[in-house]
Amino acid sequence: MTIFRTLLAIGVAAGVSAASAAQAQTLRWSSQGDIATMDPYAHTESFTSNMHHHIYDPLVRRDRNMQIEPALATSWRVVAPDRWRFSLRRDVKFHDGSPFTADDVVASIARLLDPTARARGNLANVTAAEKVDDFTVDFVLRGPYPLLLNDLSGIFIMSRSWMARNDALKPGNITTGTTTYASTNANGTGPFKLETYQPDSRTVMVVNDAWWDKPQHNLKRIEFRPIRSDATRVAALLSGELDMIAPAPLQDLARIGQAAGFKVVEEPSLRLIFLGMNWRPELIAEPGKKNPLLDLRVRQALWHAVDLDTIQRRIMRGKSRTVGSLVAPPVPGYSADLDKPLAFDPDRAKALLTAAGYPNGFKVGLACPNDRYIADEQTCVAIAAMWTRIGVQVDLKIESRTTYFPRVDRGETDMYMLGWATLPPMDTYSVLSAIFASRRGTFGGNNPNGMAVPRLDALADAAGTELDETKRRAMLAESLKIARDEALFIPIHQQPVAWAMRNSLEVPVFADEYVRLWFANLK
Amino acid sequence: MKRVPTSVAIAGTVAVALIATALLAPWVAPADPTDIASYNLIDSELPPSFVVGGEARYFLGTDNQGRDLLSAILYGARVSILIGGGAVALAALLGVTLGLVAGYFGGWLDAAIMRVGDVILSLPTILLALLVSGLARALIPDAASASWAPFILIGAIAIHEWVQYARTVRAATMVEVQREYVRAAKVIGLPPLRILGRHILPNVMSSVLVIATINLAGAILTEATLSFLGVGMPPTYPSLGTLIRIGNEFVFSGIWWIAFFPALTLVIGVLAVNIVGDWLRDRFNPKLRSLA
Repeated sequence: MTIFRTLLAIGVAAGVSAASAAQAQTLRWSSQGDIATMDPYAHTESFTSNMHHHIYDPLVRRDRNMQIEPALATSWRVVAPDRWRFSLRRDVKFHDGSPFTADDVVASIARLLDPTARARGNLANVTAAEKVDDFTVDFVLRGPYPLLLNDLSGIFIMSRSWMARNDALKPGNITTGTTTYASTNANGTGPFKLETYQPDSRTVMVVNDAWWDKPQHNLKRIEFRPIRSDATRVAALLSGELDMIAPAPLQDLARIGQAAGFKVVEEPSLRLIFLGMNWRPELIAEPGKKNPLLDLRVRQALWHAVDLDTIQRRIMRGKSRTVGSLVAPPVPGYSADLDKPLAFDPDRAKALLTAAGYPNGFKVGLACPNDRYIADEQTCVAIAAMWTRIGVQVDLKIESRTTYFPRVDRGETDMYMLGWATLPPMDTYSVLSAIFASRRGTFGGNNPNGMAVPRLDALADAAGTELDETKRRAMLAESLKIARDEALFIPIHQQPVAWAMRNSLEVPVFADEYVRLWFANLK
Repeated sequence: MKRVPTSVAIAGTVAVALIATALLAPWVAPADPTDIASYNLIDSELPPSFVVGGEARYFLGTDNQGRDLLSAILYGARVSILIGGGAVALAALLGVTLGLVAGYFGGWLDAAIMRVGDVILSLPTILLALLVSGLARALIPDAASASWAPFILIGAIAIHEWVQYARTVRAATMVEVQREYVRAAKVIGLPPLRILGRHILPNVMSSVLVIATINLAGAILTEATLSFLGVGMPPTYPSLGTLIRIGNEFVFSGIWWIAFFPALTLVIGVLAVNIVGDWLRDRFNPKLRSLA
């Protein structure tokens, strides 16, 4: 009997310790929404890229200090102004065991450069990747280009043989709805392997023991579950069902911080939230009438009508920073002089509307996601109320990011909310080329509503090939000045990164909001 | 006639008062929460006036947009009752018609209607309602979807509820069809439509009214659930469910009133209607009546 008891005790103890060891290395976390797709080239959403980064590696990546360091490429040099040569890492294996070679890079870049790829604009200045030998690749550019490495830090390399085998050599596209085998499956070289991907439900990754780099994390398994409701997400964390939530709702930071065993980490994000506009001849909300937004005074009136300080104090609970420009201070091209919003002045706004010929206002659509940015829905309802007060009728439409972003991309919105963190390059050029420039070739990927300013197009072309950093920054600053002077967008705020996690978890916080779990340690 | 029990009397008074106040919301509420221009962010998240920090202007406090919560609840209850009532009316209309037809004609028509009903009953209410509203949202152009939301909800709820009416009415009709007055009507050559409408319908109506009362509470709850899940009424035109959904985001941060008062209203309203409905059912149930 005693022996039996002892054996039982040992058995139970062993079982418990085995279970807790396995538990300790499983990280369970949640965000507001799910990734858009598994296909790295089918989207331009940074959260989706963030998740892919665990499975796929880029040629170069950001280190703990956000500096660029070698990843799948070990070194590079400029052999001609329009040709960069990359040496590739040897002895790297994809998750399916096939070796990584120059063919994979060439096939990946060809897939990304395909005109139907949604992420085509992320490598706007590259025209081709050419194989030199098995471990050397040349990137051919449109001309001299200063940001190639920045761009490449967000381009994930896929396996050629795997794509060929699964008929996925052509890219998917979340805007057009094109899907391939790669939209739901993944085979990268990254620190984690995809185990299951159930859209809007669960994504599970397991550690890749054959990773080429020395792991700086101690995880065996990552379980991700999107939970849209703020309260449910917080409850899941506090009840021990999750180890981390990112983002943590601002209204709950104080309470989580006080709870035993949990901590909140905060940092200003690079992400700026702003409203884009419809530039077509007619608004969707008022077909058959001239689009009032084409008048500068109307755009300024809408800007003057938004009480940014109250949004900052009440909705963002003082955690955000009110902005007047479209990039955050650490981003090259930022200028503090431009970072001043138009003053909140409803009377001025009404006067401007009257001067523009809309004394009784007009009708405009406002579209927003409810699970992408911090307090996005609340912010939009508040702005709709503020505009209504100057006589503008607002047709408010709030929906989940999975339907919202494709709708915005298709140009089916009047005013729409967008957040931009200048990723992957972390440079104002990302705003200039993707949002300011009109849609032509690889430019204007996020300019869905026909905005066309010739000077901005010229600046996009020029800054893309300018190697003199002073001149280049002057061009970037000029583009931001035009955007502000012409009120092309209504900037709202720079949102904070606020994550909440168990005390036993260490994850560095980055301004680009990337959750880099390859730096995570669970005690 | 037996005396009405006190509990039913109280419940009935509460239900009538609540429904009346809600329906008269535009005249009794302090503010109009559907007027987006009245939202004042500066006043957001004020506690009820009887709590420290509250202001007399806002008896039940304000929500996250600075809306007067009392007004939002009154308007929200109105939306909930109108949608619940609409769904019950539609379900009753559909169910009674199909039940009469099935019971009167019998044969394959009866079998078809009842099997469709069986299939629908095998699906949970919420699942079916989610399915219908999802489908409707995909079919209706976006520009109109906000104004269509109440009708989508009514349809989504009614599509499940009509079966109960159809079953009850069919059974009652099959009994009535054998009665002499119906046979007489047939013999003198009245058309089926007239027999169903003028002779059978009045005789099956009492049970329909009882089901409708009980279903009203269920329909209001279903609407609240759908709105809570985010597929119901939009935040700018909230029902009780939408208010609870909004408030739910704040329960952890100590801002309890945004979810609490709409939920309390919902509980009291549904309870009151249910008590009345139960009592009606017992009264009109001949078996229970003979026992008493």
